[in-house]
Amino acid sequence: VSTPQPPFLGRPDPPVTPDTQQWWEATSRQVLMVQGCRRCGHRQLYPRVICTACFTTDLALCEATGAGTIYSYTTVMRSPDPALFVAPYVVALVQLAEGPRILSNILGAQDGGLACDAPVRLVWEPLPDGRCLPLFALATETGHG
Amino acid sequence: VSAATRAAIVGVAESDLGVTGRSPLELQAQAAVRAIEDAGLSMSQIDGVATVGIPRFPAIQAAEYLGLRPTWSESTFTGGSSFEVMTARAAQAVISGAASVVLIAYGSNQRSARSRRLAGVLDPTQPESQFDAPFGPLSPVSTYAMAAQRHMHEFGTTSEQLAEIAVAAREWALLNPAAFRHGSGPLGVADVLASPLVSSPLHTLDCCLVTDGGGAVVVTTLDRAADLAKPPVLVFGHGECSTHHGVSQIRDLTSTGAVRSGEAAYRSAGLSPADIDLVQVYDSFTITALLSLEALGFCGRGEGGAFVSDGRLRPGRGFPFNTSGGGLSYCHPGMFGIFLIIEAVRQLRGECGARQVAHPRIALCHGTGGILSHNATLILGVE
Repeated sequence: VSTPQPPFLGRPDPPVTPDTQQWWEATSRQVLMVQGCRRCGHRQLYPRVICTACFTTDLALCEATGAGTIYSYTTVMRSPDPALFVAPYVVALVQLAEGPRILSNILGAQDGGLACDAPVRLVWEPLPDGRCLPLFALATETGHG
Repeated sequence: VSAATRAAIVGVAESDLGVTGRSPLELQAQAAVRAIEDAGLSMSQIDGVATVGIPRFPAIQAAEYLGLRPTWSESTFTGGSSFEVMTARAAQAVISGAASVVLIAYGSNQRSARSRRLAGVLDPTQPESQFDAPFGPLSPVSTYAMAAQRHMHEFGTTSEQLAEIAVAAREWALLNPAAFRHGSGPLGVADVLASPLVSSPLHTLDCCLVTDGGGAVVVTTLDRAADLAKPPVLVFGHGECSTHHGVSQIRDLTSTGAVRSGEAAYRSAGLSPADIDLVQVYDSFTITALLSLEALGFCGRGEGGAFVSDGRLRPGRGFPFNTSGGGLSYCHPGMFGIFLIIEAVRQLRGECGARQVAHPRIALCHGTGGILSHNATLILGVE
């Protein structure tokens, strides 16, 4: 677990809704979940009350490995909120091994070493309320997490 | 098909553009008055009102401000593509008889009010507040930046090729006295690449302007259009497709819903990309225009970079594209879609002066809303 560190000084507090409560609870144990459909096997994020593949409602959270690749990325050069984010920092869409994609940050990497389809690994950043935020680092790099 | 069962655009206008110091309702009303005058109609003949952008009840608010009590209202909010959608809805309404004359209007003072936020605007009940906002993406630019990055990865597209889209837009703006950048002089590829990165690989000059502005479009049936002031511009076809709301839900960053909206528009018009004389495509960012050119069939998938790099989007090169100067160099008051229609109508009527294209008969207008979220295609023409 890495503590919040520049370029991330803090985070907009993510709200919780009933359909995402279990997912956020798992993050406080540093477990990354994806939602699976018991009917068709489709896996999805964000958690919700319907399967977006077969439209049935029998869904359960299952643990993800945390392995993934960068589907795409961008280095943000202008901070939307300098009290929280110090530009430059990297925002990426991570393709999880289980199928769904999530938006996250890539730690410890500016444009050097970043590439679409590069493998990444999961690291966690604690939030003030005990939940954690899933972040990623290039799988080839050590020193984070 | 009889003239009573065909829809036509009979009036178009912009409000003041740029930095106006006016309110959104003022700008919207200014455009509405000018468009109705352009049509040779009076405000009292309007029985349908379509608008979006003002909070809460936009069509009702607009009607009240204008002194109207319309019997048909429409506010489908699909972002920048809203006005392509509303024009199609208005065409359906006048053909069905649900309305006889529809006013579509828009106004925004986002530059004067400094109301844009780099992170965009989210409601806490939206999933993006939980799953996207904590990571600090700029919205919308970071999504378009990631689309550009992925396009470069898959197809070898370059920043120079994207920059050419901004360069061509500026060339057109130099010919349009209403363009925000009309007096700014030409732009080179090197200027775009030298401008600061906002969200890599997109530079400041890959991004549209932030201006005030309003626009209005008046729609009625072709037979009612016959005795009005200007030659009618027919609505030949329309298609739309909604694909996602949040960035994590995008299935394919390099193939947009414009594929399906374009196919539907061509099918309903009985036309193909080869029939289009004039292309007006939403250019919120250079990559937006490139993705739409591919998806709408003007070039193959992944070929957009090579397609634009020979300068064919510039004036006089045989592919009339965003002839107003586009969102990149003409104006961009938050939702640009209505200005695509206004420019297409003026070009089809032959009113465009120094930037007039030689005798276009069929125009395609394509709006992109949200973060590549909604695509709407409208095919207009004269007979």
